[in-house]
Amino acid sequence: MSVAAGGGSMGKSAKAKQKDERGAAGRRGEDVRSDLYVEIEQRAAGGIDVALTSRVEPYYGRAIREQAEGLIGALGLAHALVEIDDQGALPFVIAARIEAAARRMGASEGDARPERTAPERPRTEKDRLRRSRLYLPGNEPKYMINAGLYRPDGIILDLEDSVHPREKDAARLLVRNALRCVDFLGAERMVRINQLPLGLEDLEAVLPEKPDLILVPKVESPDQVRDVDAAIDRLAPDEPPWLMPILESALGIERAFAIATASPRVAALTIGLEDLAADLGIAKSADGAESDWARRRVVNAARAAGAQAIDSVYGDVDDTDGLEAWAESSRRLGFEGMGCLHPSQLEAVHGAFAPSAEQVWRARRIVAAYEDAQARGLGVVSLGSKMIDAPVVKQALRVVRLAEELGIGGATDEAGGEDGG
Amino acid sequence: MSARSKASAELVENALGRKVPRVVGGREQDPYAGVGAHSPAGRKHGPPVRSCREFPADGDKRVSSLAEAFERCGLSDGMVVSTHHHFRNGDRVALFALQTASRMGAKDLMWFPSASFPCHAPVIDLMEDGTVHHIEGSMNGPLGDYCSQGKMRGLGVLRSHGGRWQAIQDGEVEIDVAVIAAPTADPFGNADGSHGPSACGSLGFALADSLHARHVIVVTDNLVPFPCIPWQIQGNNVDFVVEAESVGDPGQIVSGTTRITRSPDRLLIAENVAHLLREAGIMRDGFSFQAGAGGIALAFVDFLAGMMREAGVKARFVRGGSTKYLVDLLHEGLTDYILDGQTFDLDGVRSIADDPRHVPTSPFTSYNFHGKGNFASMVDAVVLGATEVDVEFNANVVTHSDGRLLHGIGGWQNCLTSGCTVLAVPSFRDRIPVIVDRVTTVTGPGELIDVVATERGIAINPRRRDLLDALAGSSLPIRPIEEIKREVEALCGGAPEQPRLTDEPVAIVKWVDGTVIDTVWRVEG
Repeated sequence: MSVAAGGGSMGKSAKAKQKDERGAAGRRGEDVRSDLYVEIEQRAAGGIDVALTSRVEPYYGRAIREQAEGLIGALGLAHALVEIDDQGALPFVIAARIEAAARRMGASEGDARPERTAPERPRTEKDRLRRSRLYLPGNEPKYMINAGLYRPDGIILDLEDSVHPREKDAARLLVRNALRCVDFLGAERMVRINQLPLGLEDLEAVLPEKPDLILVPKVESPDQVRDVDAAIDRLAPDEPPWLMPILESALGIERAFAIATASPRVAALTIGLEDLAADLGIAKSADGAESDWARRRVVNAARAAGAQAIDSVYGDVDDTDGLEAWAESSRRLGFEGMGCLHPSQLEAVHGAFAPSAEQVWRARRIVAAYEDAQARGLGVVSLGSKMIDAPVVKQALRVVRLAEELGIGGATDEAGGEDGG
Repeated sequence: MSARSKASAELVENALGRKVPRVVGGREQDPYAGVGAHSPAGRKHGPPVRSCREFPADGDKRVSSLAEAFERCGLSDGMVVSTHHHFRNGDRVALFALQTASRMGAKDLMWFPSASFPCHAPVIDLMEDGTVHHIEGSMNGPLGDYCSQGKMRGLGVLRSHGGRWQAIQDGEVEIDVAVIAAPTADPFGNADGSHGPSACGSLGFALADSLHARHVIVVTDNLVPFPCIPWQIQGNNVDFVVEAESVGDPGQIVSGTTRITRSPDRLLIAENVAHLLREAGIMRDGFSFQAGAGGIALAFVDFLAGMMREAGVKARFVRGGSTKYLVDLLHEGLTDYILDGQTFDLDGVRSIADDPRHVPTSPFTSYNFHGKGNFASMVDAVVLGATEVDVEFNANVVTHSDGRLLHGIGGWQNCLTSGCTVLAVPSFRDRIPVIVDRVTTVTGPGELIDVVATERGIAINPRRRDLLDALAGSSLPIRPIEEIKREVEALCGGAPEQPRLTDEPVAIVKWVDGTVIDTVWRVEG
């Protein structure tokens, strides 16, 4: 658009406030898949023109044009040239990119949210199974649509470290649309927001979509949790999400208990080892010996606060043996789960954090003895000649519940003999 | 050349309701009549009887150049020239042969490759200058586009590997000159693919040509004194031997599709298919399977191998396209034999040369429908791909959903007769759903396709009550095909638009018995 055609004449043609004549969003290039690049140019007259190049033109060309025209109209633009270079993006992605381009152009009005198609699921429980949480970069649509198929316990739509600072706005819209449109098939829907104050904008965008849990990064003080809590009280008081603060610094680790108890919404504490190592000025080793104390501290603080302790991620996605060893040591320390960077890590992680058949067998016997004692009005639970303490019963109940959730048998094997307890 | 005109205007409807030309290239066609419904008649086609008096008694059939060999074969306008794809995208002989023919002034040749690859794109120039009239064989990439746009003067004919043997044997295609690229040969014409600097594995695709063509020329870059041991092509069928600097680049037989996928979606599909074989009781001691090249198929082999190891189960044989993954099974003792139609990587090439349990086969033994049986129907399970599959389980491998020619058939059609035929496919690619109401081009009839395995669920053909029963209570995501289709269409924003095709045929697709199963139409624009 020429300079002469801009400025004043535009004010008449569009309801929205304009700052720029153009806005662009998305990506293009050889390696781009399931995404698109959109450039919108404000015009003085002539209605809406969509210039489309698409990998799927013969199949969805008409649908893409209609969607684009509808969105531009919904965003309050009456005259615009919309150039789209599409690489097979799904409709929720197209909507997010077009909205991002329009917002960048200054179109501040209108509602371009796609129709909600993801099924409504009940709120997740505070102490639900959280063995695995699969990271999904918030500005990369291609991993989103099938993430639930790998059956992670949770998925994290990440707005923080995986998103370039210049793309935060676009990622926010994409994550919002994913929460509205993608069925994550029962995985807990988590969002990692940015540090406040940027994180407040994230919360404004995603809380209406009822994520189950918010990961709060780089927490060093209970006040950071309280700030997020207050934002939730304001934005989503009726259906607030759980919180999972991430402790990624020496100070954060020192204040673990205060952070875990800063809000009753804190369901879990987790640790970020990359940043912690940097803060401590040490190198991260394969067995994590250098972070041993910090990890134990997180477990202890979380437990003391009645929250879950969740471990960091294992960075080498090709090293399954290393991952298994890490997850196993993690479980022994008291962690109940860890993060996953790739679906290929899920099997090992789920295996490590699930109770063994023998543990389940023992737990079932303890629970049976407990129920028997309850029925007979006995205050003391015993199994064979052994007395069973209340904490052991509590632990056994947890294991049995977990086994039922995971469909682990462990009921029949006679190998356990009389050593149960 | 009236006999070389494209299809006659007359179209008939075949047993699948597809409109197919009655006459192609002057030859009357039988429309597809159903699985096993067509009965062949007559005797096999043979080349003219020749006498050893015409050939040097010392067995030295070398001539100085391919041009001389062509000259002495009487190469003339309108002849059928065949070549083979043992080197896949590394082949140098097909172009060498057709360009030599062009320099000699030959016109209107029919090129009859066992498959074509992107390296053969310059054949377009030879079609433009009149040297080549049309192609009967797989066409993809630039050649596929050329044909799809209706630029080829004659109608393309797509056949499976088994169907190519059947067409040669039954006399549907009479080859005038077969040019066989040989990694090792002797002056008598005995030839083999497993040895030599350009070793590529089996020469099975050239076997039919060597038996039935009027003239056979062996081109080699590794001439050894008689005898060439072992030989797969018998010198007694060969007219001339030509030495060339290089017949092909075996490095190019490895394509991107011969490595295990890293895509989590495709890994999920592969793992589910392996589970299915185990849970359905197909994976048992002495069983057999075939999985082609392609990321999902290779990952499937890897998962299945793990399960076989765990269960202590061993296969009697596996069918190649061989790759490193099959060779590893053989070395580990998880299979007694590899029966190999085609080597897909250099591990396969080395193994076929060194290990007598790795056996080269041909489309005759493996696939030919007009023989006294073939191996394909004896295989317990096969895992294949497809571009589209419809709710009746009919599948397409030759065209893109927009109607453009995309792939050759390869052994795909022939493999459908296995005990359990699984199509392992993503449920959508780049927003384009794979399960559709009606496939663009039927390449295989739904009654032979037992399972469609996607990342969103596994559909079992309702005709396979036995499989459904065997898998009752399985934890696998078994779902009706229509349900998967509806779910994917919802994700993709509705069903895709129908391709814009004309009513002008550009190629036909043959079924394994030589009948015409579908037509490829010229695409618009």
